[in-house]
Amino acid sequence: MALPDERGRFGRFGGQYVPETLMSALHALERDYFRWAEDENFRRDLKRFLADYAGRPTPLYFAERLTEHAGGAQIWLKREDLTHTGAHKINNTIGQGLLARYSGKKRVIAETGAGQHGVATATVAARLGLECTVFMGEEDTRRQALNVFRMKLLGAEVVPVRSGSATLKDAMNEAIRHWVEHVEDTFYVLGTVGGPHPYPLIVRNFQRVIGDEAKSQLFEKAGRLPDAVVACVGGGSNAMGIFYPFLEHDQVRLVGVEAAGKGLATGLHAAALQGGKPGILHGMFTYLLQDEYGQVRPAHSISAGLDYPGVGPEHAYLYETGRVQYVGVTDQQAVEAFYLLAKLEGIIPALESAHAVAYAVELARQMDPGQVILVSLSGRGDKDVETVMRLGLNPGGDPA
Amino acid sequence: MKTRLQEVLEARRAAGEKAFIPYITAWDPSPRITVQAVERLVRAGADALEIGVPYSDPLADGPTIQAASERALRAGFRLPDLFDLGPELVRVAGGVPLIAFTYANPVYRWGWAAFCRDLRRSGYAGLIVPDLPVEEAGPLREAADAEGLALVPLVAPTSRDRIAAICRSARGFVYAVSTTGVTGVRERLPASLSALLEEIRRHTSLPVGVGFGIGSPETAAEAARSADAVIVGSALVKRLAALSQPGADEGTILDELESFARSLASVLRKPEEGVPKP
Repeated sequence: MALPDERGRFGRFGGQYVPETLMSALHALERDYFRWAEDENFRRDLKRFLADYAGRPTPLYFAERLTEHAGGAQIWLKREDLTHTGAHKINNTIGQGLLARYSGKKRVIAETGAGQHGVATATVAARLGLECTVFMGEEDTRRQALNVFRMKLLGAEVVPVRSGSATLKDAMNEAIRHWVEHVEDTFYVLGTVGGPHPYPLIVRNFQRVIGDEAKSQLFEKAGRLPDAVVACVGGGSNAMGIFYPFLEHDQVRLVGVEAAGKGLATGLHAAALQGGKPGILHGMFTYLLQDEYGQVRPAHSISAGLDYPGVGPEHAYLYETGRVQYVGVTDQQAVEAFYLLAKLEGIIPALESAHAVAYAVELARQMDPGQVILVSLSGRGDKDVETVMRLGLNPGGDPA
Repeated sequence: MKTRLQEVLEARRAAGEKAFIPYITAWDPSPRITVQAVERLVRAGADALEIGVPYSDPLADGPTIQAASERALRAGFRLPDLFDLGPELVRVAGGVPLIAFTYANPVYRWGWAAFCRDLRRSGYAGLIVPDLPVEEAGPLREAADAEGLALVPLVAPTSRDRIAAICRSARGFVYAVSTTGVTGVRERLPASLSALLEEIRRHTSLPVGVGFGIGSPETAAEAARSADAVIVGSALVKRLAALSQPGADEGTILDELESFARSLASVLRKPEEGVPKP
């Protein structure tokens, strides 16, 4: 059976845990989505924007030197970092932006962590002539000052959120609060496969283009399915996008990499699946970092885009069914992979994506040269250069 | 199933008056103050009380109640404290029913049934869960019914064709949200409020309370024209917030809280009876 079911559930996960004020808007969104997803003009527009504006299809790249370095399975990178705005987020914001316009909404709002989804939303809003407001944790506006300026440059208003831990979780609270207040004329462009139904469904369907392309590209270049697919998981949209077309192929191992921060044992991490328990946040029933009384615990990751205490409900489902394996990569390991990819392949990955690269290298070592690992390189690392510079870490030895 | 909460509100309605339901956040800024505030609010004429359960992510609340939650959590509130506080609150409330206002996650974590059992045992009469719409409320409603607790549902201005189903699920009263938005004081209530209440009354004979945005005797009187009960939160919480300022005088602040509450209650009563005397 195709998931989610008609109640927006992936097994026991998902649902719609939102204030009553939003319920009719969520039902309307679901109706609009199914209506326009089948509409010829909408589909043509989506295809055109993904191709001519976002730069799709993105290349599938055989990382020869990284493969040599690992000394095992072949590592292939799906280059979402080469899209317009530099991350997979644009796939979804083009989809939802068009949905907003087809539904007659003139105004969009979004939450953002690292700023990638905020930039992608502001970009599409500029192109489609929509008014745009982005909510961003104050802590993140400091960590990602460049992206704040980019959003303003694109004509968006950026609202710093000071409540709670002043990160992505709180930005999402504030976006939802704002939506409750302006629900009649505002479209909420949610950035991940989380939140209340139908967002996990909509975002997955707009992101599956990553996996669909990679699957046919790999067939073309290597004549086969991958043995493993690796992607980082914060909310989990690039992972769901690349995993989805492979779910039906049981022989393909799927690995989601959560941010282990300073280590899973320290409690300072963002690994909702490996370190959390089921609970309710941001409209969904899913795995959450929380204390024994259900207070949500702040997440920690060097990567602002993974710094989120929850995870999309479909990941929670895939975790419990065992179809996807979830592992952790620490801040330190991610930074090492950041250096490694820069030096060996001339590609500076987003710190989020560096988590996937780190695990892929480890996995490749345990596999044979005849095997293939597909990695979602979800974004480029320009935004993180300053963070890495400030760390003063120098695991690669020379770039000082 | 007729709950105690419903009986209390119906009695007020039978007298041709409107009920006053104040909200405060538990442990803001200490359990001792919560007890004293409840005592004062009851003295000022409260017919029922909402006790907010502090939560890390209160997404239906505006800045005033968010800040109260943060103060209470900083003071060390943990969920068992809600139950421990119950008997003392019941004692000072003297028969005025207490309603827990809580987000879904702490309830889920404690267990739907265990939460309702412990709520009832510690003396509460009902609960409101703002992020649990009727479609998701099944397990909690069953547990609440089993304990004789009223699970009060919310109806919003956007509810439209959902109102019938919400009213069917209602216990105690129906909580009408005056405006689209989060909790917090507003200058005026929307003109469409009376139409919303008419629509609700087509589907239920339960009392209807109005909340969100009411923070003055004027807006309370306006809401009372069509509602059976008026709920006031942020305006009271704002007064209690003064306790967390340096050099705050506790007695003065509680006196102000009480006299403000009295000014709200007085517009809901028949003029000849006036306000209940301390």
